[in-house]
Amino acid sequence: MGKLSWSAIPFDQPIPMAASLLIIIGAIAVLVLITWKGWWNYLWREWLTSVDHKRIGIMYVLLALVLLLRGFIDAIMMRSQLAFAAGGAQGYLPPEHYDQIFSAHGTIMIFFMAMPFMIGLMNFVVPLQLGVRDVAFPVLNAISFWLTASGALLVNVSLVVGEFARTGWLAYPPLSELQFSPGVGVDYYLWSLEISGIGTLLAGINLVTTLLKMRAPGMSYMRMPVFCWTALASNMLIVAAFPILTATFGMLLLDRYAGMHFFTNDGGGNLMLYINLIWAWGHPEVYILILPAFGIFSEVIATYSGKALFGYRSMVLATLAICVLSFTVWLHHFFTMGAGANVNAFFGIMSMIIAVPTGVKVFNWLFTLYRGRVRFEVPVLWAVGFMVTFVIGGLTGVLLAVPPADFVLHNSVFLVAHFHNVIIGGVFFGAMAGYNYWFPKAFGFTLDKRLGIISFWCWLIGFYLAFMPLYALGLLGMTRRMQHYADLTWRPYLIVAEIGALVILCGIAATVAQLVVSIRSRAQRRDLTGDPWNGRTLEWSTASPPPSYNFAVLPRVESVDAFWHQKQRGPATPPQHYAAIEVPRNSPNGFVTAIFAVVTGFAMIWHIWWMAILGLACAALTLIAFGWMERGEDHVSGEQLADADRARLGRMGPA
Amino acid sequence: MSAAAGTAQLPGLGSTLASGSEGPAPVRIVVAYGFWIFLLSDIIMFSALFASYAVLSGQTAGGPSGRTLFELRHVGIETLCLLFSSYTCGLGLLAIERRRLRDFYIAFAFTFVLGATFLGLELSEFTGLVARGAGPSRSAFLSAFFSLVGLHGAHVTAGLSWLIFLVAQTAARGPRDFVRRRLLCFSLFWHALDIIWVALLTLVYLMGAR
Amino acid sequence: MEERTAEHAAPSDERSGEGEPSGSLTGYTVGLAFALLLTGASFLVSQTDLLWAPGVPAGLAVLAVAQMGVHLVFFLHISTGPDNTNNVLALAFGVLIVALIVSGSLWIMANLNANMLPASAIMEMQR
Repeated sequence: MGKLSWSAIPFDQPIPMAASLLIIIGAIAVLVLITWKGWWNYLWREWLTSVDHKRIGIMYVLLALVLLLRGFIDAIMMRSQLAFAAGGAQGYLPPEHYDQIFSAHGTIMIFFMAMPFMIGLMNFVVPLQLGVRDVAFPVLNAISFWLTASGALLVNVSLVVGEFARTGWLAYPPLSELQFSPGVGVDYYLWSLEISGIGTLLAGINLVTTLLKMRAPGMSYMRMPVFCWTALASNMLIVAAFPILTATFGMLLLDRYAGMHFFTNDGGGNLMLYINLIWAWGHPEVYILILPAFGIFSEVIATYSGKALFGYRSMVLATLAICVLSFTVWLHHFFTMGAGANVNAFFGIMSMIIAVPTGVKVFNWLFTLYRGRVRFEVPVLWAVGFMVTFVIGGLTGVLLAVPPADFVLHNSVFLVAHFHNVIIGGVFFGAMAGYNYWFPKAFGFTLDKRLGIISFWCWLIGFYLAFMPLYALGLLGMTRRMQHYADLTWRPYLIVAEIGALVILCGIAATVAQLVVSIRSRAQRRDLTGDPWNGRTLEWSTASPPPSYNFAVLPRVESVDAFWHQKQRGPATPPQHYAAIEVPRNSPNGFVTAIFAVVTGFAMIWHIWWMAILGLACAALTLIAFGWMERGEDHVSGEQLADADRARLGRMGPA
Repeated sequence: MSAAAGTAQLPGLGSTLASGSEGPAPVRIVVAYGFWIFLLSDIIMFSALFASYAVLSGQTAGGPSGRTLFELRHVGIETLCLLFSSYTCGLGLLAIERRRLRDFYIAFAFTFVLGATFLGLELSEFTGLVARGAGPSRSAFLSAFFSLVGLHGAHVTAGLSWLIFLVAQTAARGPRDFVRRRLLCFSLFWHALDIIWVALLTLVYLMGAR
Repeated sequence: MEERTAEHAAPSDERSGEGEPSGSLTGYTVGLAFALLLTGASFLVSQTDLLWAPGVPAGLAVLAVAQMGVHLVFFLHISTGPDNTNNVLALAFGVLIVALIVSGSLWIMANLNANMLPASAIMEMQR
């Protein structure tokens, strides 16, 4: 069994052991519940083998919310440690453990919380907004999701069996090389991200093809919703950047497994090559995350202002500019590592330039709100919170883009505050806005508004309490990733930060409560019309939730904000003719492939070569078997479509 | 327009402009375009390795360099094998679009043999290098060389496996729409591998041998 | 890879052909001939004194790009027709990204390496 033995389970370490038990008991409880209620059949048929973009999108978001909890627990453990470990005190987390926690926190939050959340929302919304039935490659979509879930599973297995990387979320060599990290931690990191990275790349290819080749009749590029434009830019970046990640991690794996010398200290290796390549991926990655959030805010602000988005054309141009510029700034992540003044100057200037298109967007949002009849639903709260918070984070980013300033602030907690500022204030607030906005479309009832408001305020206040002190601390000289510190004057700031984390915890609790309460009382908040917010784009023209085929007849689009203009023209008249359609059948391809991916990854991590070969062979066989079979389609007749439409119009009541 | 038209190309859509405002494109176009995007992502992955090779090509750690290791005659034969296999692949696509199955099988047989020859030559080159103590763990230059050329070889291997699968499926199912779509994708893949080989040949072998 | 209905198979479906210039035996053969010429030229340039020595890398690069172009046009059928716009744009985007990554990496790494202490000085420090 390779390197695997019973000593891999952390029996001697109380905290990981407690966490492992919690996870195992939780997992078993869920499995028992499903079995007892007899839900397996339903789950398998409707969710695990689904190739419907809506179901897959929901599963992505669910994965993100679950991993949010795991990543946040890591965060609060870190804050608690720092609240205590001042002066000579060592806190309760030894360094070897603390290092794993901050590495896991970053890895999980970026790869298994933020990415799945955004990809999930894009998956759910884009085909509906484009007025089509599904993405270009539905089975590939399912495979993408399950590969991402495989990566998430492997990271969490590392808690129970073995250890995680202690290298930070990007695993710089030479620390991540075999010489200095001989354990399995870095291997867990590398394999889970290689596997989920393939899933993400495939999803990117899928959505780019959908956006460019599959739109409703009449929907030219300049009639697409802005969220679709940002989804296009984000997925173009995925297609362009993720191969770099795959190659770079591949090279590190070759160093670790085959004794090669890409990044080693000896044999001519060059560690800076890793840093260069990983950030050539890493910077586009953050734009992959933020662009869909920008799109969500554009939709939300326009809808709740009752006005068309101001400056559609400039929004599109700004989005495309950000897309291209994001590949010209990556060195700003390592200004201090010796490239010299000329190189630093170029990348510093480009980093400042890239702030301009974002500024254009902010002004467009403000002008959209101006003189609108703004309804302060929960998504709008998140949007306004975003505009203030993200601008602050962006400003500190422009400050860091100045190389001399960065020489003081690089790797201090000022940097930590900056990126949390933009990721929480931008990506996460956007995710929450989108979640609240599109929830009724996905499930047929709105979320409880009061708990949504509580969640927002807790997050907003908690964020400022948790991260503003870090700006000050960074300027005072505190570096990141510290397990304990000597300077007692830092302590008050860190205690405030800890309080902020606790307030955020309340926010998370409120979000969970909001979901539970909303499900319990859903009868009172049913969305019968499919258009609870008086929306502008095509997803609101379908039932809530939409039928599996989305549209019985593809809409004919004649302008931007297609649904709004349809509504202006008068009440919906049913189509004259319903042609029969075919809906792709479910497929276990994704789920099965993912199982073998997990087996292969686990085997590679523990050097169980026979299991790895077996897993890979089974994965290949799955590919071949499913490729060989001809998947039939389910036939939906014109009459069935007409009946479903009529039933829905009946539920909506007279026009 | 006969069914013989529009063979191994990236199909467009008649009179429709790139704005695609006639509704979703037909499956063949969607599939080919998606595969094209995948190929571009693959090329970007190769470019990361190319960049690494360029950076590390001088780091021989006291060991042998390209000039002593590369045999250009060997490489020339490999190049011709791959180029001609690309040609026969194209001929195979022409044949299948014209439903000339016998010609298709012959063309793809040649494609396979030429591709396998390429692979065999490359493997013999690798084993020869390892036997001379110039394996991938000898130096950063050799790590980069083996990985870059090896990744291309792995793609060729995958391509040959895919070829066998597709020929088998054609034999079993006939030249149906979905089979021809997959053959189109395969040909795109195979031609792209030849394009990458051109870059490899030039940057690694021809420049390295000087 | 699934079939879609008549509703999705837009005005021009697979039977009526895509209406653009199709691959042909002539096209492939001409492409092969060009590729062979360019390959031979590359070998000649690199192995003989045909080209002024400092210009050889540039010459090889030009020949390589030309041959890639031959492949794209004659084998992959990239053209500038209106129905091919998406393909050309995607290719252009890909080429841009590759150029940025490769040139950026080379520039950065060259500067970093130039600013590194020579190996001998590092070994001294470790003693």
